[in-house]
Amino acid sequence: MSPSVATAPAADALPQLVADRIPLLLVPALALAALPLMSSLSTWVTLTVAGLAMGMIIFIIASGLTLVFGLMDVLNFGHGVFIALGAYLAVSVLGAMSGWTGSEHLALNLLAVLPAMLVAMAVAGGVGFAFERVIIRPVYGQHLKQIMITMGGMIVGEELIKVIWGPQTIPLPLPAAFRGSLLLGDAAVEKYRLIAVVIGLAVFAAMFWVLSRTKVGLLIRAGVQDREMVESLGYRIRKLFVGVFVAGSALAGLGGVMWGLYQQNVTPQMGAQVNVLIFIVIIIGGLGSVGGCFIGALLVGLLANYTGFLAPKVALFSNILLMVLILLWRPQGIFPVAKR
Amino acid sequence: MSSPLLRLEGVHTHIGAYHILHGVDLEVGQGEFTVLLGRNGAGKTTTLRTIMGLWTAAPGRVWFGGVDIATRSTPEIARRGIAYVPENMGIFSDLTVRENMLVAARSARRAEGMDATRLEWIFGLFPAIRKFWQHPAGLLSGGQKQMLAVARAIIEPRKLLLVDEPSKGLAPAIIQNMIAAFRELKQTDTTVLLVEQNFNFARQLGDKVAVMDDGRIVHSGTMAELVDDEGLQQKLLGLSLAAHQ
Ligand SMILES: Nc1ncnc2c1ncn2[C@@H]1O[C@H](COP(=O)(O)OP(=O)(O)OP(=O)(O)O)[C@@H](O)[C@H]1O
Ligand SMILES: [Mg+2]
Repeated sequence: MSPSVATAPAADALPQLVADRIPLLLVPALALAALPLMSSLSTWVTLTVAGLAMGMIIFIIASGLTLVFGLMDVLNFGHGVFIALGAYLAVSVLGAMSGWTGSEHLALNLLAVLPAMLVAMAVAGGVGFAFERVIIRPVYGQHLKQIMITMGGMIVGEELIKVIWGPQTIPLPLPAAFRGSLLLGDAAVEKYRLIAVVIGLAVFAAMFWVLSRTKVGLLIRAGVQDREMVESLGYRIRKLFVGVFVAGSALAGLGGVMWGLYQQNVTPQMGAQVNVLIFIVIIIGGLGSVGGCFIGALLVGLLANYTGFLAPKVALFSNILLMVLILLWRPQGIFPVAKR
Repeated sequence: MSSPLLRLEGVHTHIGAYHILHGVDLEVGQGEFTVLLGRNGAGKTTTLRTIMGLWTAAPGRVWFGGVDIATRSTPEIARRGIAYVPENMGIFSDLTVRENMLVAARSARRAEGMDATRLEWIFGLFPAIRKFWQHPAGLLSGGQKQMLAVARAIIEPRKLLLVDEPSKGLAPAIIQNMIAAFRELKQTDTTVLLVEQNFNFARQLGDKVAVMDDGRIVHSGTMAELVDDEGLQQKLLGLSLAAHQ
């Protein structure tokens, strides 16, 4: 920074540092805007925590998908299959450990839930690896075929789930110590929702760390912007993409466990239902942006809970409306990814 | 005479339905600085992209260090020792300057793992790189981005540098800075193939020169010969050097 280094004056002009902070205000703004509409503060607290929990789960599910699109322009409408798969695996694992899930001891509950999550992530990741090989790879660069074949993959996956677990809705009760609520003042906050928020924050922090502090993370971010340049620097994008796809599938499996526990039941169609929400979220966030996906997921989760309480009839449309408003403001989403 | 580091033999490149390169023959000798000149649309960028494997030579051969790389993948070609500065610079604008450099330094896993001596040398060539080390690269000016693009290509020693129009859109002061940097790079015996439209820039650096037109090499020889022969310049480039000084 010493003035002596100024060989070419124009080359040293300071660029304007304009950090884009407005999007960070969206989540608190939405929460505050909802406050005066609520009958009581405690209702607002309950709904806000529920919305954040739902948002966190959606983020966990959607974060991989946004990178999958960002890195290889792959539209994967089959992502929902990993959600359902994760949830059903939780049914099986937790069912087999009902002795521990029924116990009032938090430690025993965790000893059941953690393996359920790990199994869901491992299996969803493994299936994701095969899915990428068999379904995605033959249609690189062909969007229409991607949409059709990934939707086909999703249907096949759903049918396989019906074959293995049956077509009916299966209850997925929360472990005993996760049930019930805590009182924050007058507001009752379900314990599980707080747990979901904590897990969501942990996943976000871990992802943030990988993407900003590791070389692989840098390559992923670089690849989202300019795939060709990353290859010209000597890295194989396909290998990176497979890794991201597998990790994204594993996260969707984890999200599926959490979503199943949130709903306390699982159905073979749950993946398809969540699919719509996650596509809204990644479009709102800006395709390829993990930070945008995080904000988008929280907005969607909060809005779904507020409108579900205030005006259940419009709840279904509220997220579409949110998407339209965001895209009118920023056509490329909250954090547009600078593509070349 | 030893065989050249890079040799293109009858390279034809098709982009979609278009036949762009019509049998390009080009040699770049070890340690030489070769400038590729030619009017807009002549096929200069396409030639560099074909060498990098971003387009495929079909038919044609691209010999690099005695190996035909024409059908190799881009990452493999890069790992064989070719660094590429594309026409659009290929800066990762959401990454900081430091992160851009780290991505280019294949052997380093962390910023501290980059060769400190080499980094100092680069900071000497392009002080702006040091100055904006922690800034998002997207905030740099056009000239600063061009410097970053070149800095990225030389963060580790490579056998061959392909540089596409580094003077494009730059102010004269920055062009001088760029020329000085390439001059210093020449001292390190790096082999360079540089695409230029700016003959004044080219003549200050080139040992050899090749001129392209319509997807073919229409002239190749030494730079000194072309600089001395205004008639040849007129014929090949449609300009007289005097008019551009
Ligand atoms: N992606 C593409 N699709 C179709 N045609 C292309 C494509 N890229 C280049 N061309 C055509 O190939 C020819 C050579 O282009 P190229 O970019 O190699 O020229 P150039 O010599 O680098 O020109 P300039 O000096 O303007 O950069 C041009 O006629 C151009 O229109
Ligand atoms: Mg060009």
